[in-house]
Amino acid sequence: MQDNLKPSSYQQLEQKSKYTNMFLRWFLYFILILFASYFIFPLYVMVVTSLKTMEEIRQGTLLSWPSGLNFESWAVAWGGRGYGAGDTFLKPYFWNSIKMVVPAVFFSTFIGAMTGYVLTKWRFKGDSWVFLFLLFGCFIPFQAILLPMARTLGALGISNSIVGLVLVHTVYGIPFTTLFFRNYYVSVPTELVKAARIDGAGFFKIFFKILLPISAPIIVVTVIWQFTQIWNDFLFGSTFSFGEAAPIQVALNNMVLSSTSVKEYNVDMASAIIAGVPTLIVYVLAGKYFIRGLTSGAVKG
Amino acid sequence: MFKWLEKNLPKIVMAPAVGLIGWFVYGFVLWTLYISFTNSKILPKYELWGFGQYEKLWASRKWLISVDNLLVFTALFLIFCIVIGIILAIFLDQKIRAEGVLRTIYLYPMALSFIVTGTAWKWILNPTLGIQKMFIEWGFENFTFDWLVNREMAIYTIVIAGVWQSAGFVMALFLAGLRSVEDEIVKAAKIDGAGLFTVYWRILLPMMRPVFFTSFVILVHISIKSYDLIVALTQGGPGISTTMPALFMTQAAFHKSQVGLSAASAMMMFMAVAAVIIPYLYSELRRENAR
Repeated sequence: MQDNLKPSSYQQLEQKSKYTNMFLRWFLYFILILFASYFIFPLYVMVVTSLKTMEEIRQGTLLSWPSGLNFESWAVAWGGRGYGAGDTFLKPYFWNSIKMVVPAVFFSTFIGAMTGYVLTKWRFKGDSWVFLFLLFGCFIPFQAILLPMARTLGALGISNSIVGLVLVHTVYGIPFTTLFFRNYYVSVPTELVKAARIDGAGFFKIFFKILLPISAPIIVVTVIWQFTQIWNDFLFGSTFSFGEAAPIQVALNNMVLSSTSVKEYNVDMASAIIAGVPTLIVYVLAGKYFIRGLTSGAVKG
Repeated sequence: MFKWLEKNLPKIVMAPAVGLIGWFVYGFVLWTLYISFTNSKILPKYELWGFGQYEKLWASRKWLISVDNLLVFTALFLIFCIVIGIILAIFLDQKIRAEGVLRTIYLYPMALSFIVTGTAWKWILNPTLGIQKMFIEWGFENFTFDWLVNREMAIYTIVIAGVWQSAGFVMALFLAGLRSVEDEIVKAAKIDGAGLFTVYWRILLPMMRPVFFTSFVILVHISIKSYDLIVALTQGGPGISTTMPALFMTQAAFHKSQVGLSAASAMMMFMAVAAVIIPYLYSELRRENAR
């Protein structure tokens, strides 16, 4: 902290301001930790609730500690109780999401890399308009395309299927992936590409030999961004799929909303954790890249 | 032939992306726009009907409640996210110990889906077993907290969960902005005798104008599109007290066979987003060209 007093003449006051500084410092930490507890609170509640029995939940409070590490509700959330019809659990939907996310992330990233490459290294007349044309796709509220999309998927015979969701997520990921790669390749010196062209290297050779080897960071950013977006999507999943083809977020919502039997909050919380854990792991492991995607991608989306 | 192919290869590579976006974004938006001018019910009809759907929309009580909720939500969501985000960014900027850990904690909700966090908040806000019970057991015997099932207050539970999810993001934007300011500017101000408060209030925050602008645009964009969180927390209830445009649109389209009306509501959302985004894109591009 800053003090403007002259040290020689105001010694007493300076002593005082030292205490003020210390107080301010403590206050700073107090506020920061207060907010940290606000942010961590729901996660804490989710974890402890998932480890309790229903009896414990009724007896204790949100914060109370579970009596032991009881993973039963996790097992129920993941694999069900095994009584057949009406038994909903997440395992098949978790795999649905994996089957949807992997190809959709791959295709959208690949297309984005190619378009980003062309837009920066093979510039043509009107290319900045083409970029703007693609960029606008980041912003449209998806409600404006839901109706025709549903009809198109039906016409293609892929409504309510994972293939359909892969198509949807690939298409609406392209504006973001293009943006990422374009902004990254802009800073790669064009002289490199020019020199390679003089040496006779073609379009694809330049991409694979010069740009791809230095693209690791932006590929990581893009893959994480797309993975998080697609894994967490609910609007497309709930509109274009139901029943067995549903991705995990849709299944989670159905499970929590199902009002058939007695509400089991511990199973609900275990389900929510299962649905959230993949993106959370990616965030903890690669937070730096996640934030980079967030501040450059979400700036536009 | 080969020469031509080689010359036009870049454009050929661009073609799929441009074609897909042209069809699935622009084509689809135009289709929705067209349908919003027809009298489509269960299935789309293609005879034009004028502005009838828009008249119906703005006469619908449910739509008016949706818009009202959206305005309340957006205002509170913006204010709280930006205020909390700035406070956290400035405080974290004071050479704090364990800054990395704190940052990670503030931002992790962004990695989770609204369905996951909505499920958690729904449990926390549960009127019998949630926060209310916690306070009662702590000795506040008359404590009641039933916002989730209270028509007047339910919209604020969505604000609480939404702010919790997005405030860390604003923090990240402002922290990045503050860190990009050159030390010299701050040092010079301090030599001139400016206190820390003055440095932030008079010098640094005014320099953050673009960050304010960006946060504003993103947050408004998130709030206009908010759908998942409402589905997970309240499903628009109790009654229709927390319904919002995105929810209105999907319900009209897929549950109520009001295809034309839902197209009209989608176009209203589209225009609202465009009104925020187009000036933003314009200024961004101008800044980029100026460089």
